[in-house]
Amino acid sequence: MNASGAQVQENPRSGARVRWVGYQTIVRREFGRIVRIWGQTVVPPAVTASLYFIIFGSLIGRRIGQMDGFDYMQYIAPGLIMMSVITNSFGNVVSSFFGAKFGKHLEELLVSPLPNWLIVLGYVTGGIMRGLLVGTLVTVVALLFTSLPVAHPLLIVASVILTSVVFALGGFFNAIFAKNFEQISWFPTFVLAPLTYLGGVFYSVSLLPGWAERISYANPILYMVNAFRYGFLGTSDVDVTLAIGITMAAAAIMFAIVVTLMNRGTGIRE
Amino acid sequence: MQALSIRSLAKTYDNGVQALKGIDLDVREGDFFALLGPNGAGKTTAIGIVTSLVTKTSGSVSVFGHDIDRKLELAKSCIGLVPQEVNFNMFEKVFTIVVNQAGFYGIPRPLARERTEKYLRQLQLWEKRDAIARSLSGGMKRRLMIARALVHEPRLLILDEPTAGVDIEIRRSMWEFLRGINAKGTTIILTTHYLEEAENLCRNIAIIDRGRIIEHDSIANVIRKLHQETFVLNFRDAVDRLPELPGFAPRQVDGHTMEVEVSKEQSLNEIFARLSAAGIEVVSMRNKVNRLEELFMRLVEGGTAAQPAGESKT
Repeated sequence: MNASGAQVQENPRSGARVRWVGYQTIVRREFGRIVRIWGQTVVPPAVTASLYFIIFGSLIGRRIGQMDGFDYMQYIAPGLIMMSVITNSFGNVVSSFFGAKFGKHLEELLVSPLPNWLIVLGYVTGGIMRGLLVGTLVTVVALLFTSLPVAHPLLIVASVILTSVVFALGGFFNAIFAKNFEQISWFPTFVLAPLTYLGGVFYSVSLLPGWAERISYANPILYMVNAFRYGFLGTSDVDVTLAIGITMAAAAIMFAIVVTLMNRGTGIRE
Repeated sequence: MQALSIRSLAKTYDNGVQALKGIDLDVREGDFFALLGPNGAGKTTAIGIVTSLVTKTSGSVSVFGHDIDRKLELAKSCIGLVPQEVNFNMFEKVFTIVVNQAGFYGIPRPLARERTEKYLRQLQLWEKRDAIARSLSGGMKRRLMIARALVHEPRLLILDEPTAGVDIEIRRSMWEFLRGINAKGTTIILTTHYLEEAENLCRNIAIIDRGRIIEHDSIANVIRKLHQETFVLNFRDAVDRLPELPGFAPRQVDGHTMEVEVSKEQSLNEIFARLSAAGIEVVSMRNKVNRLEELFMRLVEGGTAAQPAGESKT
């Protein structure tokens, strides 16, 4: 070991340039993680989606017939794509951030000059990347089984990105409070999965009895799935403008909550 | 300029433990400073607050004049931290860990790559750059944390027991490395359990116990404060009986070895003169215990009686 070479004593770095490089580094690291463990991050959702298309779309779907004027396979495809986006955006951030907390390498970021909002943004971008990657893969799988019209492409892009932001932030929120690995699987199992399955992925809520339909309108995932479906098929159970508004509001509120928790040091600083 | 200035810093954890009870501490720019204390004394809490891993209850901290309450980003950009526990991602490659840390400090990728190579080479880890971190030995992991802390070339390097659990050879080569870094202008703060390490490396010292600074001075002054030292003398030939040594209370360990306590007012010349007169040839002499360790034990054992350094500091 020798300390050769001039030791540079530079002025402290801060400001936009530092933040931009720092943000890129977090995103690069998150992308590296997704690619490094592709067998856990990318393959399982594609396999699950294929099974859904085979069982619900191909086998059972034939007996169901049409829904809202579309083949059942076509009807559920946007919902299944969105379901994979939701679970993977959430799952990426919750496992990556909690893993960093548990393994203590989160301290690498906490001692750095990067502000908390930027750290949140970096992880959320990682969640969006995985959500979109898996969503694209599931779309390709869907196209093996059925055709998908594209009625409103911008709406597809807006709704999928906004939804993945909301659930990436949800994953961050879960990871902040989680103290062990059991607690990062609790929310996806007992909250996220029921809300997703009851969020109109497999059916139109207009088919439900009045009371069940009314309850369904309290489920935020219903709005996200329907906005996305409207982008492809041009049909929706809800007002699409309201759906996008709700999703944007949810993203803004979640971001504010998560950054506030980070600033307070909740779950990350003693 | 002060590299680190701490005033009335206090920390009470949620469980009610008062880890720091209002400490004051100054570390000058360019210093090699030791922060000593027994387990649970508050060293890691103090470092945690400075590096923003722990939130303070009250008091103030500034790093090169940047107050952590008002200019946290600037303060943090001056600090490199080598923590006590390994805290990198065990599944990442050595090169990736260091180059990413540079990125977190805003260093553009091409420069980050250059710096990563420079520090991995200096710390003899370049050959391991593509190894997964968990495959490294304990000493390599320590060196990796040093490379990671240096990659943004901080003005203040804080090492929390960096040589804990590493063998003597690696420890000594780390000392040389740190001396080199310090000679080039980096201020270093070190906490350690190896008191020999502090005595060998550091110019100034603070001893912390039960959340209070009980000593804060130069190592030379601190050692001067020792009133008595115990010396061990080895004789060339076996001695049956020691000669009279008025004013001293020698103890014969065996035929070739004698221990004697010498106070500041006494002179070793008297001992040598009388031994020489008795025909006893002294071939070597050493301190019985590490001098700093002796002081440390005295201060810590009398911890409750000792005045906080802030009240008695010269």
